Amino acid sequence: MSKKQKKMLLRIIIAAVVWVAGFVLEHVLDIDSAGRFSVPGFIHLGIFVAAYFIIGWDILWKAIRNIAHGQVFDENFLMTIASIGAMVIGEYDEGVAVMILYQVGELFQSVAVGKSRRSIAEMVDINPEYANVERDGEVSEVSPEDVAAGEIIVVRPGERVPLDGTVISGSSELNTAALTGESALRAVAGGDEVISGCINTNGLLRVKVSRPYSDSTVARILELVENSSENKAKTENFITRFARVYTPIVVFAAVALAIIPGLIVTAMNGFTDYSEWLGEGGWLYRALSFLVVSCPCALVISVPLSYFGGIGGASRHGIMIKGANYMEELAKARTFVFDKTGTLTKGSFAVTEIVPEGMSADELLGICAAAETYSTHPIAQSIIAEGKKHALTTTASDAEEIAGYGVRATVGGSVALVGNHRLMARENIAAPSVDTPGTVVHCAVDGKYAGYLVISDEIKPGVTAALAELKKHGARTVMLTGDRKAAAEAIARTAGIDEFHAELLPDGKVSQVEALYKAKPENSTLVFVGDGMNDAPALARADVGIAMGAMGSDAAIEAADIVLMNDNIESLPTAMRISKKTHSIVMQNIVFAIGVKVLIMLLTAFGITNMWVAVFGDVGVAVIAILNAMRTMRN
Amino acid sequence: MKKSFKLIDLDCAHCAAKMEEAIRKLPGVTNASVNFLQQKLTLEADDDKFDEALKAAVKCCRDVEPDCTIKI
Repeated sequence: MSKKQKKMLLRIIIAAVVWVAGFVLEHVLDIDSAGRFSVPGFIHLGIFVAAYFIIGWDILWKAIRNIAHGQVFDENFLMTIASIGAMVIGEYDEGVAVMILYQVGELFQSVAVGKSRRSIAEMVDINPEYANVERDGEVSEVSPEDVAAGEIIVVRPGERVPLDGTVISGSSELNTAALTGESALRAVAGGDEVISGCINTNGLLRVKVSRPYSDSTVARILELVENSSENKAKTENFITRFARVYTPIVVFAAVALAIIPGLIVTAMNGFTDYSEWLGEGGWLYRALSFLVVSCPCALVISVPLSYFGGIGGASRHGIMIKGANYMEELAKARTFVFDKTGTLTKGSFAVTEIVPEGMSADELLGICAAAETYSTHPIAQSIIAEGKKHALTTTASDAEEIAGYGVRATVGGSVALVGNHRLMARENIAAPSVDTPGTVVHCAVDGKYAGYLVISDEIKPGVTAALAELKKHGARTVMLTGDRKAAAEAIARTAGIDEFHAELLPDGKVSQVEALYKAKPENSTLVFVGDGMNDAPALARADVGIAMGAMGSDAAIEAADIVLMNDNIESLPTAMRISKKTHSIVMQNIVFAIGVKVLIMLLTAFGITNMWVAVFGDVGVAVIAILNAMRTMRN
Repeated sequence: MKKSFKLIDLDCAHCAAKMEEAIRKLPGVTNASVNFLQQKLTLEADDDKFDEALKAAVKCCRDVEPDCTIKI
């Protein structure tokens, strides 16, 4: 609690004690109207007035001041009218109690809002506080903003990498949790790039800064999160508009209620008995209760707080959402369009099948890897990588590349031919025709067919599960790719994609998105998920553009509405779940707050409830709505 | 020009909305947003009139919510 809040708490306690004293005097000690223990009326009036000023002087002051500034429908003013009005009618204890409860509620609100604001701020706190810069051989601690590109910084174990750069010396493992949401260690050594915001876990690193702080990953992410509240959700705008008309309507209703029914009733008895109009529980009193529920605070605070909490909660999972509006749209998504390469698949080639003939799989792989040693082709690289994975050490001498066909090499004294079907045909070696999707690499040793390897793009782990979860929400999944149909079909089948379009040119992707956009179910949205490379137009065309694996990729952060910082598609259902949960909490709060207020107004108009209930309708509802809104942070 | 300012002691969400509306209507201001949760005012105004707009915004803040101040 802040100092201001503590002071308020003290005032509430004192006022409550004084109020209780007044209440006891009025209702308990003053039992007998005949005179025993009778307390003169002005004494408890005095006590209540004292309690009223202790608790409400600031409200009174604000009311007067704000009216001077032309703020008519001000909460303070309305509370003042309601409480003073109650006292004028003769409900002293109630007038004071209303003010005390109002202050209790306000205090609660400010504590709850302050608390959630802080915890959200902590959640997105990836800001490095300092950088150890090396200048003229001396290391000094400076603000990251003061370090220029090209300077050398030292990052000690346990410290946050303050700026993006390249490691010059030292090696360590970086924890990327703050950026990606998953606690993964990334090994770095000389020559590797490091990204600001990661935590250096063990070794000492010397890093050459590649760009100034304002362009660094951390600064851009912080900016993204901070600006997110500028993109307001439709619901938020609705609440703002609603709040603007709600208070005047309630106040006019109160004025009407104060005058019309009372006047009629009193006129009917010939202006002899004013008690039903101005007396206890009369029409004037009911009108005053209306004023108490006239503040739309519960909505005005809880709706933005829910979205803010949802965005904060999502960022903890490495999901950066650029605005509440995207969260709202994602909650309604029914069509998910995926780019294939780099999104559903790793975008790198790997050996997925080894089919030897007359030798073991390792032998075949060893020969192929050895033959390809000197080739830089991505397919060759994937074979070499697979060979290393199996710790094969077969070596080749004298390798010759036959462009468009493959390689001829001498491995262990034999002549190995490694290449495509045409190479086998050229050398008159009978090779089976393989129709597995992916690239097939045949191998022959000393003129004898030895088997083949299949190299294909690997599907990312977790894709199948993630898509299955999206489908549970009723989503239609579509994959777009420029790749061959066979390859696309295989990936689509494994991943569980509903529909795919292959062999598309880059602009074909956009027109496919257009077509799907037109075909999407009513009141739903279309999401495009890409890796941010070459799919900016599609990202922009979709209702929600989601970019994957944006660690350090500027283009993706710029183009997308939601950025999945980790390369993990499993974040997508998480993002959707958080969005849906946030949306439903917002809806709960709207229905609850408006419902309770309308109900209280109706009951009050018929004289069933009193001002106490009205105070609950104001501050009680607000506190409950805030507590409910805070649930969005926990996912 | 677009600049953000910290708001001190902004403790009523409803007032924040009112303040935002009032600041938006000021001459020279192209857009303004008051963020209650981050206690932040983002002011967008024409370059040459920015100082005047800011001054008007400070006054506006004082009128709508006198407890709250704009930290410059």
